[in-house]
Amino acid sequence: MEVNDALIDNLSNLARLEFNASEKESIKKDLEKMIHFVEKLGELDTTGVEPLLHMSPEINVLREDIPQGSVSREAALSCAPVTDGQYFEVPKVIRK
Amino acid sequence: MTINYDAYEIVIGLEVHAQLLTRTKLFCGDSAAFGGEPNTHVSPITLGLPGSLPRLNGKAVEFAIKMGLTCHCEIERNNYFARKNYFYPDLPKGYQTSQHTTPVCKGGWVRIRTTAGERDIRLNRIHLEEDAGKSIHDVIPDATAIDLNRAGVPLIEIVTEPDLRSGDEAYAYLTELRKTLRYLDICDGNMEEGSMRCDANISVRLKGETRLGTKVEVKNLNSIRNVRRAIEIESRRLIELVATGQTVQQQTRSFDAAEGTTFALRTKEEANDYRYFTDPDLPPFQVTDAFLESIKASIPPLPEQLVQKYTRELQLPEYDARVICDDRDSAAYFEQLITHTTNYKAAANWLLGPVRSGLNEKSMDWKDLPVRPESLARLIRLVEEGGLSFSIAAERIFPVLMSEPHRDALEIATALNLIQSSDTSEIAAWIEQALAGMPDKVSEYKKGKKGLIGLFVGEVKKLSKGKADPKLTNQLLLEKLEN
Amino acid sequence: MAIEQQQPLNAYIRVYSKEALAKARLLDQQRKEGKPMGKLHGVVIGLKDVIAYKDHPLTAASHILQDYVSIYNATAVDKMLAEEAILIGHLNCDEFAMGSSNENSAYGKVLNARCNSRVPGGSSGGSAVAVQAGLCMVSLGSDTGGSVRQPADFCGILGLKPTYGRVSRYGLIAYASSFDQIGIFAHTIGDVALLLEVIAGVDEFDSTVKKEKAPVWKEAPDQKYRIAYFKEALDHPGLDPEIREAILTRTEQWRQAGHTIEAIDFELLGYIVPAYYVLTTAEASSNLARFDGVRYGYRTKDKDLELTEFYKRTRSEGFGREVKRRILLGTFVLSAGYYDAYFTKAQQVRQLLVERTNLIFKNFDIIILPTAPTTAWRIGEKMDDPIAMYLADIYTVYANLTGIPGISIPLFGHTNGMPFGVQAMTSHFNEVSLLQFSHQMMQQ
Repeated sequence: MEVNDALIDNLSNLARLEFNASEKESIKKDLEKMIHFVEKLGELDTTGVEPLLHMSPEINVLREDIPQGSVSREAALSCAPVTDGQYFEVPKVIRK
Repeated sequence: MTINYDAYEIVIGLEVHAQLLTRTKLFCGDSAAFGGEPNTHVSPITLGLPGSLPRLNGKAVEFAIKMGLTCHCEIERNNYFARKNYFYPDLPKGYQTSQHTTPVCKGGWVRIRTTAGERDIRLNRIHLEEDAGKSIHDVIPDATAIDLNRAGVPLIEIVTEPDLRSGDEAYAYLTELRKTLRYLDICDGNMEEGSMRCDANISVRLKGETRLGTKVEVKNLNSIRNVRRAIEIESRRLIELVATGQTVQQQTRSFDAAEGTTFALRTKEEANDYRYFTDPDLPPFQVTDAFLESIKASIPPLPEQLVQKYTRELQLPEYDARVICDDRDSAAYFEQLITHTTNYKAAANWLLGPVRSGLNEKSMDWKDLPVRPESLARLIRLVEEGGLSFSIAAERIFPVLMSEPHRDALEIATALNLIQSSDTSEIAAWIEQALAGMPDKVSEYKKGKKGLIGLFVGEVKKLSKGKADPKLTNQLLLEKLEN
Repeated sequence: MAIEQQQPLNAYIRVYSKEALAKARLLDQQRKEGKPMGKLHGVVIGLKDVIAYKDHPLTAASHILQDYVSIYNATAVDKMLAEEAILIGHLNCDEFAMGSSNENSAYGKVLNARCNSRVPGGSSGGSAVAVQAGLCMVSLGSDTGGSVRQPADFCGILGLKPTYGRVSRYGLIAYASSFDQIGIFAHTIGDVALLLEVIAGVDEFDSTVKKEKAPVWKEAPDQKYRIAYFKEALDHPGLDPEIREAILTRTEQWRQAGHTIEAIDFELLGYIVPAYYVLTTAEASSNLARFDGVRYGYRTKDKDLELTEFYKRTRSEGFGREVKRRILLGTFVLSAGYYDAYFTKAQQVRQLLVERTNLIFKNFDIIILPTAPTTAWRIGEKMDDPIAMYLADIYTVYANLTGIPGISIPLFGHTNGMPFGVQAMTSHFNEVSLLQFSHQMMQQ
C-alpha cells in the first residue's frame, strides 16, 4: 500500500511525534518498506483461528485490597522535570 | 415562528462513573481515599514509571459484580482488560486500562418511579476501569498542575440504553442509582465531590419517529439537579435547531451551571482513535459459580425488599416505609431497632420525627447517630408503658441521649424527675388544684361543653410539669366531672 | 581496572565502581566472620540499562530518559541483592531494546571484543561484550526477539531466554509486554543455572509470572534426546553455508551418539518475522506512550507550546530514529481500518504458531535452529535498511512468539574469525531440560 503524507500526519499525531520535511520523506519510505514487509501475513488463511490474546501462564491473578507499596511525595517528584514540590507541572492545558 | 416543543421526543442515555469504596486502587496498593495531600497516594505503578506493572484488586471485581447482580445484569464469565490509548497529562501511562470492550456486566435494568408511574430503564453494561489523575488549572500561574492521587482509583462505568425520555426521568434514575450504590456500600454517590459523575447523551426526534436523531454528549454535570437542568436546556436547544431546519452537530458540550447554557468542547472530527487492544500485562479473570454465589450472599436487603417487608409484615404505611428506606443508613438503623421493639409504628414515628430532626439539628448523617437502637427501643417502651409522654420523651429525654448516648433513658427521666406519675392520689391532687383554679370552665363543662376536657388535661399537665400520665389524668377527670 | 582498560568497547554506560568495591570489602568481612554466604556472594554482575536499580540512573540508552533515576528495584535485582551479588554497573544496549546490533544507542555503539570492527549483536550488546571480555562474571539482558541469544551467539558465550512468565518483568522497561523476558549471559551452564535459580520464581508485582518456584539445575548423568530442526530454517537462502554445515555436521554427531534427530516441515517460517514486528511494535507504541516529559525524563526546552505540540516536541527530540519508526508502525497496525488486517491477523498467526509448537513437543524434547543467519556483521553494514536488520531475527523471534525458552550455545568458530553457536529450545517451563541438554552438548 502507498504511504502518503496524510497517513504519516495521522499516525504522527496519534503517536505525538513530529517530523520535518526531510525526516518525513525518509520515514515515509521506511514505513512503506515496513508495511510491505508485514503485509505478507495477508497470504495466510487464518479463518476460524482465535487471536492469541495472552502469553501469561496464569489466570485469576487478583490481589487483596490491602494498602502497600506507596512512596513518599519527595520520591515521586524526584525526577519531575518541572515541579513546585507538590504537583507535576505542564504547560497550561488550553480549554475552549 | 412558534416552535411546538411537544411534537418532539427527547431521547437520553446516561453514562455514570462511580468511584468504588475499595481501600486501594484498581491496579496497585495505593490508597483510593478521596482527597489527601497532592501526590501522596502514589507508587511506581500510579506514576507510570518505566518497568511498572499492574495487579488487579479483587475487591473491585467483587463490587462491580455486586452492582451487576443487583441490577439484573448478565455476568461475563471470562474477563479481560484493554488499553485505551491517548495522551493527557493526568493519564500517567499514556493509556487507560479499561474493560470498555469486554464489560463484566451486560444488560440489566434499573426501576424508576416518577409522577407518571414506574418504568424500567435498561442498562447496556457495567464495566471496570481506572480513574485518571486531576489537572488543576488555577493553582500555578502559567501552568497546569497535575495531582495523581486519583489516578488508578477503581471506577465502574454504568451505561444505560437511550431509554430515558425527560429530565425528570433522568433525575429519578440517578437518585435510584445513587441509592443502590450506597445500599451496596460500593460507592458513596457524592456528585459534588466527584465520586459519582454523569455524562448525558441527548438527542431529539419527532414523536412517532423510530430512528434516533444526532446525539450530543453533555459533560460537567456536578449534581443530579444539574443533570435535569442540562437536559431540559439542551433538549430545547436541539428541538429549536431541528424545528428550524438546521443540522445538529454530533459533538461534546459542557454545561455551564451559572449561565444555564451548554457550549461546544470538541467536534466529531477531532474524536480520537483509541486503538484498543487487550492488555498483555493482565491475565484474564474467570468468574466461577462459587464466586458469584458468595457475592450474591453478600448483597444486603435492598430498598424495594425492605419496603415490601415493612408494608406487608410490619403493616407500616407505604409512605413511612419509603422514607425510611430512602437512605441506607436509616434503613439499617430501623432494621436493628425493630429487633428490640415490636411497636413498629412507634419506631417509625420516632425515626421520621424526633430522630430525623435531631440529626438535622446537628447536621449529622444517619450513620453517625450516636443513640444505639437498644437505647432508643427502651425509650419507646417507657412511653408505651405510660411512664413518659411522647412529647416529654422527644423534647426532653431524646436530646440528652443524643449528647450523652451512654446514659439510659429511664435513668435520665428519673434524674430529671420526669417519670410520669401513675399515682392516682397525686394526680387527683393536681386535678383538684386545676379545677379549683377555673370554676367557671368547670360549670361550662357540666353544662355540656365536653370539649373543655382537653383544657383541664392541659392544665393538669402544666401543674404536674408533665409528670401526670395523660391517659390516667383523662380517666380520673372524667370520673370526677361526671359525678 | 579491566573495565577502564576496555572502555573503547563501550560495553558499560555507567560503572558503580566505588559502591561495588565497598560492597566487596563488606562481603569479605562478613565471610571472614563466618556469616552464611548468599548464593551469589561476591559475584560481579552487570545489568542491561533497561533493568531498574533503585537510586541509580536508568536510561534505556535513550535521551528521553536522561537524568531519570529509578526509585525502586526490579524484582530480579532485589533477588540478586538478597543473595549478595555485586551489581557493578549498567550496560549499553540498543535504545529501548530495539535493535540487533547495539548501533542504536544514545550512548554510542558497542564493539565486539573478538573483532572491534564488528557489531556485538543486540539489543543487549553491552551485556554480551561485558561477559565476553571478562568485565563482569555474568550479566543480565532482555530478550524480546532474540536480544540475548543473538549477541551471545555473536560474542561466543551462552545466552538464555527463559520461558515467558519465568522471570518477573517488574522493573524491566517494557518494550513488548507479551514477548519480553530478562535473560542471562554467562560462560558456563552452571553460572546460567545459578542466576536463573535466583532471579526466577513467584513475584507479587508481576501478574504474568508463573506461580511456581524457580527451577534448579544440577548436573545429571547424560540423557538421550529427541531433537527436531526445521527444514525451511536450514535451507533458508539467507543462512551462511558455513553455519549450515557446522550445525548439520554436529547434529549428525549427535545422531551417532544415540540421540534422535529429525528434520521437520515448518511452513510458517516465512510469517514469523512479520507477525513479530506487527505485534511487538503495536505493544511498544503503547508502552512508550508514558515517555512524555511530564513526570520524569527529558522535556523539551522550547517554551510557549500548546499541549499537543509540547508532547510532539519532547518525544521527537528525545527518541531516536529506530524507536520512532517502530512506534509509527505500531500505531499503524492498531489504527482504525488496519487493525483487523494487521494486528488481529498477527495474533491469529501467533495462535497457529503456539498450536504447532505444542504439537511438535508431543514428539520431541528439543528444537534446534541456528541462532542467526550470519556471524557478526561489520559496524554500519546494515544501518540503511531496517528490513535487512529485521530479517536477521528470523530464527530467534520464534521463541518469543511462542513463549518457549531458548538458549544460544557457543560451539563453533567461523573461518572469518568470529564465533557462532546453535540455538536450542524446549517446551514451556522446561529450563532444567534445556540446561541439561546444553551442558551435555558443550562437553563434547
